[in-house]
Amino acid sequence: MTQENAGPEKGELILRLRGVGKQFGAVTALEDIELDVHAGEVVALVGDNGAGKSTLVKVLAGVHQPTSGTIEYFGKQVLLDTPAAALEMGIATVFQDLALCENLDVVANLFLGHEISPWRMDEVQMEVRAWTLLQELAARIPSVREPIASLSGGQRQTVAIARSLLLDPHIIMLDEPTAALGVAQTAEVLNLIERVRDRGHGVILISHNMEDVRAVADRIVVLRLGKNNGVFTAETSHQELVSAITGASENSVSRRAARKLEEVGEDQ
Amino acid sequence: MTQNTQKSTPPPQLDRADARVRHDAGLAGALRGFVDQIRSGDLGMLPVVLGLLLISIVFSTLNPIFLAPNNLVNLLFDAAAVGLIALGVVCVLLLGEIDLSIGSMSGLASAMTGVLWVNSGVPLPITIIAVMLTGALVGLLFGFLRNKFEMPSFVATLAGLLALLGLQLYILGPTGSINMPFSSPLVRFGQILIMPAWVSYFVAIIPGALIVYGSMRTNQRRSAANLSSGGMSVAVAKAAILTVALIFAVFYLEQGRGVPWMFGVFVLFVVFLNYALTRTKWGRSMFAVGGNAEAARRSGINVQRIRLSAFVVCSTFAALGGVFAAARLASASQQAGTGDVNLNAIAAAVIGGTSLFGGRGSAWSALLGVLVIMAISNGLTLLNLSSSLRYMITGAVLAIAVIVDSLARRSRASHGRA
Repeated sequence: MTQENAGPEKGELILRLRGVGKQFGAVTALEDIELDVHAGEVVALVGDNGAGKSTLVKVLAGVHQPTSGTIEYFGKQVLLDTPAAALEMGIATVFQDLALCENLDVVANLFLGHEISPWRMDEVQMEVRAWTLLQELAARIPSVREPIASLSGGQRQTVAIARSLLLDPHIIMLDEPTAALGVAQTAEVLNLIERVRDRGHGVILISHNMEDVRAVADRIVVLRLGKNNGVFTAETSHQELVSAITGASENSVSRRAARKLEEVGEDQ
Repeated sequence: MTQNTQKSTPPPQLDRADARVRHDAGLAGALRGFVDQIRSGDLGMLPVVLGLLLISIVFSTLNPIFLAPNNLVNLLFDAAAVGLIALGVVCVLLLGEIDLSIGSMSGLASAMTGVLWVNSGVPLPITIIAVMLTGALVGLLFGFLRNKFEMPSFVATLAGLLALLGLQLYILGPTGSINMPFSSPLVRFGQILIMPAWVSYFVAIIPGALIVYGSMRTNQRRSAANLSSGGMSVAVAKAAILTVALIFAVFYLEQGRGVPWMFGVFVLFVVFLNYALTRTKWGRSMFAVGGNAEAARRSGINVQRIRLSAFVVCSTFAALGGVFAAARLASASQQAGTGDVNLNAIAAAVIGGTSLFGGRGSAWSALLGVLVIMAISNGLTLLNLSSSLRYMITGAVLAIAVIVDSLARRSRASHGRA
């Protein structure tokens, strides 16, 4: 639906962040962040609580404005000053708090802000597209004419992801997409992420679940206390990732692992 | 994903692929769905129907004149002005905002009509346009205060109530009241003009015909798109009930003077706003902002512009309602728009089923609610009760309406219906 529907070449640089910072009063949430996203790759953004992942997502979604640094989109410096601007450019976001209107039904939520024929909404066509999209995602939604309030957490997540795909964006950002999902639905979302990637979109995946991240990510960008703390690949060991996230090779996770190892050794 | 492999000869309809959902079909199904809806707190128009029934029984036993055709015709004449104001209130309530200045705005509008049209000789159409533009301007101001300074609309419009009342008194000057010529089209519109009988009957048939035609078309398009179609029985039953009720209403009113044009114009505005709220992107955005403003913002909706539009629509309708009120009373006075006009309009919207908490409601609620409010006020007047008692009773009715709204909301929340 955006202007460059042909889509970028695979591997082409879509998004480049340089020196991006964000301050909330005296608190520095982000400092000197660098991030590249290419077409057809999944970039995972990991970090501990308070590492600045969600802030970075909000900056890219146009919800917050960065206090410093530049954002380049297809080589051109851009200003993401409103969510509408980000959406129009082709950056779609699924927020952790899903931001759905509970009083509206599934179709209305999917098409919110992008209704087909604004002066005489085409409910039939919207419903058909809604069902098609939801079936592509193998979504288990009982009825698209029920208000969101009657859906479960996992169903809401599915609706939110479906909504972000509706506009055929270049980049889709998923903030903790699998946190509320069951086993099967998590697998479906991971499949979906790969399919979106194979279609040539860039995917930014924020997750606490290392297993999910390593399953789909091409690159893993670690944030720590609002700063870059290394870029890894899916082959990186769990331990290495954890130490990058927590900032030390000697950390509570490694200590726990070592203790367990000792206990096992003693038992034998 | 693996869906394609399962597609055997008759492909399931797009929305019927999931076996876990009960799909109500036909009349019995519609009835069952309706009962479920009421139980979960989605009351819809039920309180209004019950209220009207109760009011008719009580007042007609106290004074049989209440149900006399000509009294009901008068009631419809009275309802148009407040109804128009309530129509605007629906828009601001949908966003979870409120406008307390509507009474003063209508008073200012009637004063402007008197001064411009009667005293200064400005042609009537230009006067009405000027009045409505003033209303729009006032709405813009409220919206601006809400958007730029995050001023609660409650406070902004409370200030507006006083300021606009002051302006009304100022432009009326020391005389305090302006009488309008009885032979003028405006006053005739407000007091005499009645639809010819054939027009009334014709109009009474239209809604039923539209329901049948609309659902036929929708069903066609839905089956063409491989979606389930509900069948015609429900639509036909609905249309039949509605048509019979409307024809009876018109027949009854024709025993008296007939259906006032003024009321007809009001209903036309209701239909228009209903279309705007349910079928356009603007309407969808209104519901979205009222339901979850942050979600609406992130969907790319310009929340501030939607808010602005709601306040503008509200004040414009209030201004037009003021013109109607002036036409009804054949005068513009210092009392116009004061007293219970404000609360009657807000109460009408709430009683009709528009939630004070935003995100729920419809244009029809203004029509139904104003009938309830006007029936109460008319019945109390027939009983020769003083305005002190009338105010108290109307206040109690408003309180009950809000309690019903709150309880229904809580019940909806626990039934997962928002």
